[in-house]
Amino acid sequence: MKLALGPNLYYWPRERLQAFYQEIAATPVDIVYLGETVCSRRHVMRLSDWLEVAKMLAAAGKEVVLSTLTLIESESDLKSMRRITENGELTVEANDMGAVHRLEGRVPFIAGPYLNIYNPQTLELIASYGARRWVMPVEMSLQSLQPLQQSRPAGMETEVFSYGRLPLAFSSRCFNARFHNLPKDDCRFLCINEPDGKTMRTREGKPFLVINGTQTQSALVHNLIGDLDSLHDAGVDVVRISPQSEHSAAIIRLFRDSIAQRVSRENALQQIESLLPEAGCNGYWHGQPGMEQAFHASAVQHE
Amino acid sequence: MMKSFMQPEHTLELVCPAGSLPALKVAVDNGADCVYLGFRDDTNARNFTGLNFDASTAQKGVEYAHSKGTRVFLALNTYPRAAGWERWKKAIDQAADLGMDAVILADPGLMQYAMKAHPRLHLHLSVQASATNYEAINFYHEHFGIRRAVLPRVLSFAQVEELSGGTPVELELFGFGGLCVMAEGRCSLSSYVTGESPNNCGVCSPPKAVRWQQTPGGLESRLNGVLIDRYADEENAGYPTLCKGRFEVGGETYYAMEEPTSLNTLELLPELLRIKVRGLKIEGRQRSPAYVAQVTRVWREAIDQCMKDPPGFKVKAAWSAELGKISEGQQHTLGAYHRPWK
Repeated sequence: MKLALGPNLYYWPRERLQAFYQEIAATPVDIVYLGETVCSRRHVMRLSDWLEVAKMLAAAGKEVVLSTLTLIESESDLKSMRRITENGELTVEANDMGAVHRLEGRVPFIAGPYLNIYNPQTLELIASYGARRWVMPVEMSLQSLQPLQQSRPAGMETEVFSYGRLPLAFSSRCFNARFHNLPKDDCRFLCINEPDGKTMRTREGKPFLVINGTQTQSALVHNLIGDLDSLHDAGVDVVRISPQSEHSAAIIRLFRDSIAQRVSRENALQQIESLLPEAGCNGYWHGQPGMEQAFHASAVQHE
Repeated sequence: MMKSFMQPEHTLELVCPAGSLPALKVAVDNGADCVYLGFRDDTNARNFTGLNFDASTAQKGVEYAHSKGTRVFLALNTYPRAAGWERWKKAIDQAADLGMDAVILADPGLMQYAMKAHPRLHLHLSVQASATNYEAINFYHEHFGIRRAVLPRVLSFAQVEELSGGTPVELELFGFGGLCVMAEGRCSLSSYVTGESPNNCGVCSPPKAVRWQQTPGGLESRLNGVLIDRYADEENAGYPTLCKGRFEVGGETYYAMEEPTSLNTLELLPELLRIKVRGLKIEGRQRSPAYVAQVTRVWREAIDQCMKDPPGFKVKAAWSAELGKISEGQQHTLGAYHRPWK
């Protein structure tokens, strides 16, 4: 299985992003997704800056993909989306059907996790438009994935979001701006001060969700490092890790070692514990509520 | 210039919810141009116990509506997984057999099936397809011939106007009722907590996951164990839709995502007419026939007045008062249509 680093979902200062990808270039990750997928107002990186980073990563042997925005609302959002789909160099991850519309029949593309591909018929269609890889919706289970794998169009790769806080919802409202009592149009880009988002707790203090601008994430960290056997057996080609402000390189290495069976699943689970910003969960993969932590197949066998 | 003061040639259709045959009848009787309904299972986004239609009531509903000149749309707006595919497919066949005037779909695979198996069946793009720009809408139009798109409740009015210029597809907008703060079709909050999502199961914050408990600290509402809100004695408790609870962020406890409020766009009617919006959708298939009757009556009157004299249109206090009585949380908002909401 190949390892991918998903697009960074947070808003980090430019220098921090550049340093981050320098560090990533030295990790055993195969694919790196770049670009702003959450908020069109975030602007520290222009397309030319992303292309610079892409060049550096490609020189380090990485496959680089440019991701589009997910919620495309205005004419200016459409313009930025077209600049990405027509970049002429890099493969594009389409996160909205509008982007698919621009890419179809022209160049092969990646169908992102927000296109809502839930059944073999839709996967077949997306393949016919030129998708060569698709990213499963985060809420899909192993059991629901299996029929799509069995009838998978020729040459189609399957990628699964396997580590990170789950991107659960998108809104046109900015919840950071709301927290600061600011209108979105005058948000002052305060999300730049929250490198891993801002935790939302229940009234009894339990970490529940994370505010990341217009995106709402899980507070718990979706972690399938203990489920790599079932990912492998299901014929998953690419395992996606979502960036976080600390430890991303270590997490990539741990996944790599675990896939290569240089560390045991149990050992990997133990080691990753200290790298999680919050407790883990894996319910979605097991057909349960996403926030739950299911027993791993190996753990069940031991009982 | 004079033309804009004349009676508009364009018609804005009132599209009303029918969660049951009695609701369908009162919607028709009170002036709905179109009603929309779903079958009694997870093929639609209001999959609630005791709600919706089986084949026989659907047939009665279609006959009743058609006898009064009202059109009927079938909401088939969840995304089938492989195991459910045949059921969704059968629902499309049934819609065609029953003479439904359109099916409202979100899944491209289903659209292709409908287009091939029933070329005369009209297809509408569901709000669950998250098409928030004309490139996306035109994608569905070119591939599947969709005739109408229901827009997610995330666009500002200016964005709707901009979008309308880029597509030949008719637009339908939510005008009144429950308000999703998240982009429809792009929200998995419910499955994160309960295992069931709008996309797959047609439910959000499902009743079977809800628990109420009186505690010394107040009345608590929980969703699969997660505390959504806690109410003091003098507070009105609302249904624990999980994006409308109170949570703590940075030491402050507040409605971190959205207040329990309803969308109401009465005052936007002349503008909607001006940019040639085709359908004005009322949310609420889960609501009672009495609710549907009341809301339909108010909106029928408002749309008629607006079509007669758009520049002279004024929201009557009586309309607002009547709608206010039955709204969630008894508060109204223009939602995302009004930019500062964002």
